[in-house]
Amino acid sequence: MSEVILKITDLNAHYGHIHALRGISLEVKAGQIVTLLGANGAGKSTTMKCISGLLKPTGGKIEFLGESIFGVSPHEIVKKGLIHVPEGRRIFKGMTIQENLELGSFTLKDDAERKRRMEYVYELFPVLGERRHRDSGMLSGGEQQMLAMGRALMVGQKLVLLDEPSMGLAPFLVKNIMKVVKQLNQEGITILLVEQNAKMALEVADYGYVVETGAIVMHDAAQILKSDERIINAYLGE
Amino acid sequence: MSTLDIIFQQLVNGLILGSFYSLVALGYSMVYGIIKLLNFAHGDIYMVGSFVGLILLGLLSPFLGAGWAGILVAMIISMILVGLLGVFIQRIAYVPMLSAPRLSILITALAVSMVLYNFVMSMTSGEYKAFPVDLGYEGLEFGHVFITYTQIILVSSTALLMTVLHFFINKTMLGKAMRAISIDQDACRLMGINVNSIIALTFFVGSALACAAGVMAGVYYGSIHFFMGFLIGLKAFTAAVIGGIGSIPGAVLGGLILGLLESFGTQLPFIGSEWKDVFAFGILILLLLFKPTGLLGKTEIERM
Ligand SMILES: Nc1ncnc2c1ncn2[C@@H]1O[C@H](COP(=O)(O)OP(=O)(O)O)[C@@H](O)[C@H]1O
Ligand SMILES: [Mg+2]
Repeated sequence: MSEVILKITDLNAHYGHIHALRGISLEVKAGQIVTLLGANGAGKSTTMKCISGLLKPTGGKIEFLGESIFGVSPHEIVKKGLIHVPEGRRIFKGMTIQENLELGSFTLKDDAERKRRMEYVYELFPVLGERRHRDSGMLSGGEQQMLAMGRALMVGQKLVLLDEPSMGLAPFLVKNIMKVVKQLNQEGITILLVEQNAKMALEVADYGYVVETGAIVMHDAAQILKSDERIINAYLGE
Repeated sequence: MSTLDIIFQQLVNGLILGSFYSLVALGYSMVYGIIKLLNFAHGDIYMVGSFVGLILLGLLSPFLGAGWAGILVAMIISMILVGLLGVFIQRIAYVPMLSAPRLSILITALAVSMVLYNFVMSMTSGEYKAFPVDLGYEGLEFGHVFITYTQIILVSSTALLMTVLHFFINKTMLGKAMRAISIDQDACRLMGINVNSIIALTFFVGSALACAAGVMAGVYYGSIHFFMGFLIGLKAFTAAVIGGIGSIPGAVLGGLILGLLESFGTQLPFIGSEWKDVFAFGILILLLLFKPTGLLGKTEIERM
């Protein structure tokens, strides 16, 4: 059994009076792809924001590599080896692709390492390399997603949180993105993946959690979830 | 003097005036770009900078004399001190207000402005203070036009400061982070950027530039006054809006345009130089009617 690198216990979060997370507990083991499934508004993004520190939870525990990161500032959490690629990409439009990637390596002190990483990202997504000096705002949705993911790979992170990387993309691009997710995982990066496209997510994931109105209602190995009646009816039905 | 001479002379005057406006406008624009605050205390930072420069010059002149060596050292030290003052003001006055309604932080800025100029007013009994420099009046003559070395040095120093700023903003990691937080603060946090320290850095740089302008103005005009920040604050704000608020090249361009408009405004036939501000602001209103985002800007200022 591989070690648990992220462990969340009874996590609660509020937006003002809205109780968005009502006791979420989950575990991510090193080397896995774990997916969070659930309808729009279930609390998947909120869970991710709590993990990366963008939102301060109101209760519970979050441990990363055996250390509590509850309430720690996001820029400190990044330094511990965890990065969050947020919903909607949030790239720096108005800055070039290369500048976006450089900012991804903000915590890196070593210039040679930065160069190596950038070449690695350009190899992973050649289209970014070809346009490195262009304004990132000119990229298509799929390319922006690649940039957002590339930016997260500029530092050697242990855990990557991906929030709906396939949102708004044409099916062939979604396949492409998922292929990269799989590849990154094979290179040793652990991934927590949020997807509305449950079918696609369960294809690549090892394990899955189902979120409904701020709580986990079901969890199991992806293979098992794929053939579960309730999942098929609620999320995989055509 | 021929018309050509007059044009050339006003060009020089406008360039100097415009340099001061640009340096102050930069701080206005940078701060607006990152936290959407119209920092109405920025003109007073320029004024305080001028007084800090005056005090330092007084302390240094026994050792360095009243020439450029003393001015340079006094300017560098006062830029650092006033930069730190800017960070201090940001920490105690603006950080606690960041999540408050926008109008509250605007009022806070006005309050900071009053604190600064009332403090200097009481320290100076509201009097003009002579700037302790002695630079002579040598210069270069071009036909009927005369440009002093002081003017040349001041304009070149401004150009140098702007070049350094340009390099900093575009080529260094901290500069890139500054641009990035004006685009998306949360995304910056996720990249490991400490947004609060970058905001503080922005205040430091903006205040240091305003201070440089204040010291230069002292050197140029020879005497300074606690109220000198008020009008230049308005003018620099105008310059920032002309250029497109939030845009760094825009602030430089807007400052130069405003300076030139004003100095050519003094030559308006029939109406005389007391109308120069009306002329300059008239152009501003026209510009904003046709291009509300300013010359190089992308964002419109919110109506308050
Ligand atoms: N910034 C916010 N302010 C207030 N409520 C929010 C905010 N973000 C999300 N919510 C609410 O929290 C709940 C969970 O949202 P979210 O985590 O974004 O869902 P998901 O990512 O699963 O679609 C929803 O009811 C949503 O309306
Ligand atoms: Mg979401």
